[in-house]
Amino acid sequence: MEPFVRHVGKAAALPRENVDTDQIIPKQFLKGIERTGLGPALFYDWRYDPDGTPNPAFELNRPEAQGASVLIAGANFGCGSSREHAAWALRDAGFRAVLAPSFADIFFANCCQNSLLPVRLEPREIDELFRRAANAAGQYVVTIDLAAQRVEDGHGFTTRFEIDPYRREMLLRGLDEIGRTLLEEPRIAAYERRRAIGLPTRA
Amino acid sequence: MTVRTLFQKVWDAHVVHRLAEGPVVLYVDLHLVHEVTSPQAFEGLRLAGRKVRRPDLTLATVDHNVPTGDRLRPIDDPIAARQLAALATNTRQFGVEMFDLGSPNQGIVHVIGPELGATQPGMVIVCGDSHTSTHGAFGALAFGIGTSEVEHVLATQCLVMSKPKTLEAHWIGRLPTGVTAKDLVLDFIGRIGTAGATGHVIEYTGEAIRDLSMEQRMTVCNMSIEAGARAGMIGPDDTTFAYLAGRPRAPAGAAWAAAVESWRGLATDPGATYDSRVTIDASTIAPQVTWGTSPGMVTEITGRVPDPADLATEAERSAASRALVYMDLAPGTPLQGLRIDRVFLGSCTNGRIGDLRAAARVVRGRRVAPTVQAMVVPGSMQVKVAAEREGLDRVFRDAGFEWRNAGCSMCLGMNADVLQSGERCASTSNRNFEGRQGRGGRTHLMSPEMAAAAAIAGCLVDVRGWSLADLPVPLELAS
Repeated sequence: MEPFVRHVGKAAALPRENVDTDQIIPKQFLKGIERTGLGPALFYDWRYDPDGTPNPAFELNRPEAQGASVLIAGANFGCGSSREHAAWALRDAGFRAVLAPSFADIFFANCCQNSLLPVRLEPREIDELFRRAANAAGQYVVTIDLAAQRVEDGHGFTTRFEIDPYRREMLLRGLDEIGRTLLEEPRIAAYERRRAIGLPTRA
Repeated sequence: MTVRTLFQKVWDAHVVHRLAEGPVVLYVDLHLVHEVTSPQAFEGLRLAGRKVRRPDLTLATVDHNVPTGDRLRPIDDPIAARQLAALATNTRQFGVEMFDLGSPNQGIVHVIGPELGATQPGMVIVCGDSHTSTHGAFGALAFGIGTSEVEHVLATQCLVMSKPKTLEAHWIGRLPTGVTAKDLVLDFIGRIGTAGATGHVIEYTGEAIRDLSMEQRMTVCNMSIEAGARAGMIGPDDTTFAYLAGRPRAPAGAAWAAAVESWRGLATDPGATYDSRVTIDASTIAPQVTWGTSPGMVTEITGRVPDPADLATEAERSAASRALVYMDLAPGTPLQGLRIDRVFLGSCTNGRIGDLRAAARVVRGRRVAPTVQAMVVPGSMQVKVAAEREGLDRVFRDAGFEWRNAGCSMCLGMNADVLQSGERCASTSNRNFEGRQGRGGRTHLMSPEMAAAAAIAGCLVDVRGWSLADLPVPLELAS
């Protein structure tokens, strides 16, 4: 996994709550067997009209959202389906971080597995970021520093965010989580021996 | 000795090791795999030169992406066919058991685990699908994971997890006649919201829960994710054991008695506490129907579409306004009488034999409205065979329903079973998100009984008070 230490990038606002993963990546794009190439499918049904022309009213189609690598969104972002394709599509479309008041649990975990940093901020902080992004008219740049656990915009917005130390360490060092757990193999084998009687032998 | 909840007992029994940073390495007893969220995981193993650590605790089937029509015809969609073929190749290469389209055990992954008896109390069960919460009905800790975690479980039989919080959802009183498990859980989601249980494992308790059959309990636990929960659980009891007894993969003989003995110990100890608690009076619940584009946008069938202006926060008002535009509904519209075009009876929420029986009692002797296209998609081939043995297929066909093969079908519309833009559907599935059943399609979630009644009436209707037919084969002979 690519490490995430510090990212400076243009922010785009999607001020909607409960954005579900069916919207982030609709089902017709789940038939593939690769992790890559999903960027063009991101928010497909919102992004394009049924005839395939871009919908100019959709927030991320506006000129000021072009080239953004940070998404600011409403509460409960990523709810619904467990499809990791949602995180893959955001990454493939150039996003490195999502800032929101809250995230659905499975989506949050999926982001961390893909070096797409999910940052929980207070609702009033997200509202402030929406305001600042709107006023900056496409020139809103934020810095997300995972090492320092800070988000700032260089113009007076600065805040600290919390993230669990395990996730932070994995992201900062870009570690392979499977490789990390495989180091525990003697303990896993010991657990299986200990539980041999209670362990199902055939699924 | 300290008192513990059901969740705490299952969690404690699966902790392999606590990492210095806080989370634990948690052992997984049963890993269910399907075609959509696994190909990249198997590819990851291959690239890293890793094996499946416990193929014997891993079980695969095809469900999301399969056609539900004639199984003898080749699959029309070449991309879907390639994904199905990838699962066949992957499971063969890595030594994992797989139920393919030709198997009598094929079906929706959350239907087949329980019907095989592979789902058992006290287990940790994971699957790359959010509705894995279904298996919590047995007192298992069961939850959905992403593809990277699927790969992690394949390689290590473990997950790294921080301990979730607990929430007790407690019902006092009993459900009124004509009100179902689906109504109970939709009402619950309407109360606490679609993020109301984020970060929590719910334990469902109370008399109204104890009254439910295993299949009805699965309906409740299935929808836990729609309240944002990590998982939902119900303490195992005699209903649980009676369901499991004699199933192909349940313990047998002396092992059965020992298993039941140990499962009885899983119940939450008296005095154990939860991080939070919700209490609801079951006797006041009426049949529920969703009006919007999230399962929390729900009200009683006798109710009306709300006016967004009446909602508490700006975020709720804007979400509701947007939902009403998408659903083509005006504030104040009565839900009863709302014309529908399609009916979908099926899914991991309501595609079990009990659901089909309940719907058949509404349908038998009646006809689907001429303006409605209605379909039944059994949750598994075992459910389909059982229904046919009981003559339920005749009941549905005679009434004008299509009778399909097993799969997820129009719950998520990955296959050809989709709504056309603008079509309105009475659906027994779990999500009414924009475009979920087909782009521009409008989904109203409800119970199998309510969906069956809607098919007959041609519009949303209150099924309470409808006369119910006898089943073609009396239940005592059917099972």
